[in-house]
Amino acid sequence: MTDYLLSSATELVAALEAGETTSVELTTLFLDRIAAVDGAVNAFLHVDREGALAQATASDERRAAGNPASALDGVPIAVKDVLATEGLPTTCGSKMLEGWIPPYDATVVARLKQAGLPILGKTNMDEFAMGSSTEHSAYGPTHNPWDLDRIPGGSGGGSAAAVAAFEAPLAIGTDTGGSIRQPGAVTGTVGVKPTYGGVSRYGLVAMANSLDQAGPVSRTVLDSALLHEVIGGHDPHDSTSIDQPVGALVEAARQGAGGDLSGLRVGVIKELGGDGYQPGVLARFQESLDLLVAAGAEVVEVSCPSFVHALAAYYLIMPSEASSNLAKFDAMRYGLRVVPEAAENGTQPSAEDVMRASRDAGFGDEVKRRIILGTYALSSGYYDAYYGQAQKVRTLISRDFDAAFEKADVLVSPTAPTTAFKLGEKLDDPVAMYLNDLATIPANLAGVPGISLPSGLADEDGLPAGFQVLAPALADDRLYRVGAALETLLEKKWGGPLLAQAPTLDGASA
Amino acid sequence: MSTDTLLSFEESLEKFDPAMGLEVHVELNTNTKMFCGCPAVFGGEPNTQVCPTCLGLPGAMPAVNAKAVESAMRIGLALNCEIAEWCRFARKNYFYPDMPKNFQTSQYDEPIAFEGYLDVELESGEIVRIDIERAHMEEDTGKSLHVGGATGRIHGADHSLVDYNRAGIPLIEIVTKPIMGSREKAPEIAKAYVAQLRELIVALGVSDARMDQGSIRADVNLSLAPIGTGELGTRTETKNVNSLRSVERAVRYEMQRHAAILSAGDAILQETRHWHEDTGITTSGRPKSDADDYRYFPEPDLVPVAPSREWVEELKGTLPELPREKRARLQKDWGFSDLEMRDTIGAGAFGLVEETIAAGAAPQAARKWWLSELARRANDTGTDIAELGVTPADVAAVQALVDAGSLNDKLARQVFDGLVAGEGTPEEIVAARGLAIVSDEGALGSAVDKAIAENPDVAEKIRDGKVAAAGALIGAVMKEMRGQADAGRVRELILEKLT
Amino acid sequence: MPEISRDEVAHLADLARIDLSDAELDQIAPQLSVILESIASINEVASDDIPPTSHALPLTNVFRDDVVVPGLTAEQALAMAPESEQQRFSVPRILGEE
Ligand SMILES: [Mg+2]
Ligand SMILES: [Zn+2]
Repeated sequence: MTDYLLSSATELVAALEAGETTSVELTTLFLDRIAAVDGAVNAFLHVDREGALAQATASDERRAAGNPASALDGVPIAVKDVLATEGLPTTCGSKMLEGWIPPYDATVVARLKQAGLPILGKTNMDEFAMGSSTEHSAYGPTHNPWDLDRIPGGSGGGSAAAVAAFEAPLAIGTDTGGSIRQPGAVTGTVGVKPTYGGVSRYGLVAMANSLDQAGPVSRTVLDSALLHEVIGGHDPHDSTSIDQPVGALVEAARQGAGGDLSGLRVGVIKELGGDGYQPGVLARFQESLDLLVAAGAEVVEVSCPSFVHALAAYYLIMPSEASSNLAKFDAMRYGLRVVPEAAENGTQPSAEDVMRASRDAGFGDEVKRRIILGTYALSSGYYDAYYGQAQKVRTLISRDFDAAFEKADVLVSPTAPTTAFKLGEKLDDPVAMYLNDLATIPANLAGVPGISLPSGLADEDGLPAGFQVLAPALADDRLYRVGAALETLLEKKWGGPLLAQAPTLDGASA
Repeated sequence: MSTDTLLSFEESLEKFDPAMGLEVHVELNTNTKMFCGCPAVFGGEPNTQVCPTCLGLPGAMPAVNAKAVESAMRIGLALNCEIAEWCRFARKNYFYPDMPKNFQTSQYDEPIAFEGYLDVELESGEIVRIDIERAHMEEDTGKSLHVGGATGRIHGADHSLVDYNRAGIPLIEIVTKPIMGSREKAPEIAKAYVAQLRELIVALGVSDARMDQGSIRADVNLSLAPIGTGELGTRTETKNVNSLRSVERAVRYEMQRHAAILSAGDAILQETRHWHEDTGITTSGRPKSDADDYRYFPEPDLVPVAPSREWVEELKGTLPELPREKRARLQKDWGFSDLEMRDTIGAGAFGLVEETIAAGAAPQAARKWWLSELARRANDTGTDIAELGVTPADVAAVQALVDAGSLNDKLARQVFDGLVAGEGTPEEIVAARGLAIVSDEGALGSAVDKAIAENPDVAEKIRDGKVAAAGALIGAVMKEMRGQADAGRVRELILEKLT
Repeated sequence: MPEISRDEVAHLADLARIDLSDAELDQIAPQLSVILESIASINEVASDDIPPTSHALPLTNVFRDDVVVPGLTAEQALAMAPESEQQRFSVPRILGEE
């Protein structure tokens, strides 16, 4: 592999600025890498060679004219297939949307284009973002580059794997209950879920609108900050978007990289650790914590007693909203249409019959489970006991966060309880699968931002573990300051990025 | 078609008390739709007023039209409602091909306006207070064209073609509390309520308020209970009753239909019914059942609406005079009797008379032309009086010509003929038809002389002091002048010459 | 509490307009029971005085000016339609009216 494949986006920008390479060269390099290894990884659902190269050419022209569109102009990127891309297929990992080409761009995509990032293609995901392993994609699972027999996390396993497999320096993910952070943890990459409302959801095909948030996927904390500043900020198309500037995130990351955390109060969430967490994951977490202390941070234990109910609240709110969101996939205006046989008496199938047949054929098992569950939770007679209660739990979780942030500037936990498990291992046990998101879900319920960055390899299996930092709403800058500091200290210890230890996958695609 | 058994209206009242509930949907006349910037105008080419949001494309999101919220609040205030301090939109989930998202973004238990009333005046002058439960914001659906089978009807069609131009147009749904105790007046009250609600909407200027185009649509809920029990029986909901007359007829029909079923000891099926304008009957629609589990929940893509009290006060200041109050004020100004006023309103000419007076005509003259001359023509041709092609300005212009002595009433009628026939302005018609009164004294004098010469016996009577006989000579002169003379002046000339 | 019967799942699938096969019903019903059991504790958590949270951040009154913005052409709107006719979306016959 060439150096540029392994480089961070920040390093690529430096090379572009120095005139050592061009966006076309970089884009070609990553497209070729995708061609070489994606047969084995399956991180991409669509690759847009032509489009990406056209954008790269335009970027090179801008740079030659001394007029780059943004700090990341010319750096190629992969986009999760849940974001609408004009003229480029958007399937959400579902048969239901096979071949659907949106007539519009998601705001995030429009901002990437405006900022000059060539879009390499669309990444694989659990169908409609429903899953923690990317095994629920209708187009086959994505494989973890660290061990191709293992899951890359989910639902954004494609974006995380693309970045971990050096198929893209940057990617966009979406996080409803951990779908950016948990894949980040199990692939040794960085993933950020911004404050709810910090990045526009317009054009993000909703799973659970009150929880969904798009964010950066990268190999370094600074790269995520750069990308976050490109995609973040107010969007009038999204009424839940925060009407405030996105903040000085890059500056916070650069400051944090200095490694000094004097005066920072770090709260360890008592409820997110211990039972159910893999020893190697906990060991790496503790080491990271010790490094923060060494950097001058003060560690306090905080208790968030309602977090034990977060999973239950999540598995009511998310499917409820999803059941309604996915109702639009009815075979009438776009997407799969399956027309059942006419009745024996010759009666042609009705619109209803076609809807039922198409939704049965177009949705996978997990999607059906969640639609049924959500339909149940919203039904009259159950609403108060389920949806209503879940929304109250949401209030309690926010209050827990408020209390915890009185005592600490940031809260920390392992990102996921385990390292990557084997493909197929939890496929028939939805509840076991849901437990992967135990530590990431509370942030979505409360709308606060979170980052996951690699904490090292677990001793048991040599696979990456993740360290999660959470901050109060609108204090995304703290994630970058703390994350960058920890990253600096860890890389010093490792002698380089964790991903340098990942398999190169050379000759992997067969 | 239906073979419903009906009890007579009188018999139904002998046994039962009706209870009504009226739901009126008002399409707002905003520039854009409720949740997107697509034009909300009526009648564009199919699927040309659409965007990702109102087509329900994956990923698209709603954004609330401020003007629609303002209109909703103004309607609420005009209906004496409370305006919510904080309320949310909610999703009403059900599947229908007209509805792009398969949920309607509406409001559920937190309407923007609630607990109001409208005082409705009946033909007799009696005022009935209709309690308003709520007025809430929502969006319209698309429109389907049913192809194959019989005459565009949904039943028997083999497929349908959907146009989403109307999907997402802002609607305000206004819901009454149950209207009890209206007895034999129930049909009239229903009609008067919808009519006067419509007037209010017109006065507010928030909707085109065209029932024929569906910009105001009424659903009629009706139930009967055994007389005197005060209970609420099983109701039916008759959908989309699209004229005032039909509101009245639909209530009457359902009362008679329910009464027949209940009298036979059978139960009313709770269902929606469809009103058929042509045959004047309702037919069975869709049964209400647990399939109506709409699974409402707060719309997560929209934030709550929390109108400040300052905003509410400001909007109160923009409310127009209520139609009923305005009528009372104008009746006094115009000096109309109660009967004249009622006739004017009954003929649908109130606004026309008002505008005619504003254009300079005397109140009685304005009323006379609209109610005698023009109402008759509208009646004869089955046209709405407002659609005759005669404007208030035309009527005022004709009356001005009469006042100036250039036209008499008979000639004026001919001008109206010309106006209805589209021959141009009153002045053009007068010119083209040669209708102006001849004021040439010479010509008049010789016509009078001729009449006297041809009617010596009449002239003799007048000379003898029988002035009343002058009428015969005036008639002769007018005939000679082909009507284009001022009868008063002719009379003066005759008397000058003979006395 | 949360046993969910096969019939109940069939009814929910009907509400959600999904034509589940018998085999799917057999599979999904017990899975849903397990899921519901794992979240059943939710009922005992929050007391009546806890207000529900529907939106993570307390924004209110986000409105758009009533100004027309360009949308899609009919061609764009219909480009992905399974079927279209007379510049309209062609859908199978519709059973009843809402
Ligand atoms: Mg409604
Ligand atoms: Zn639109």
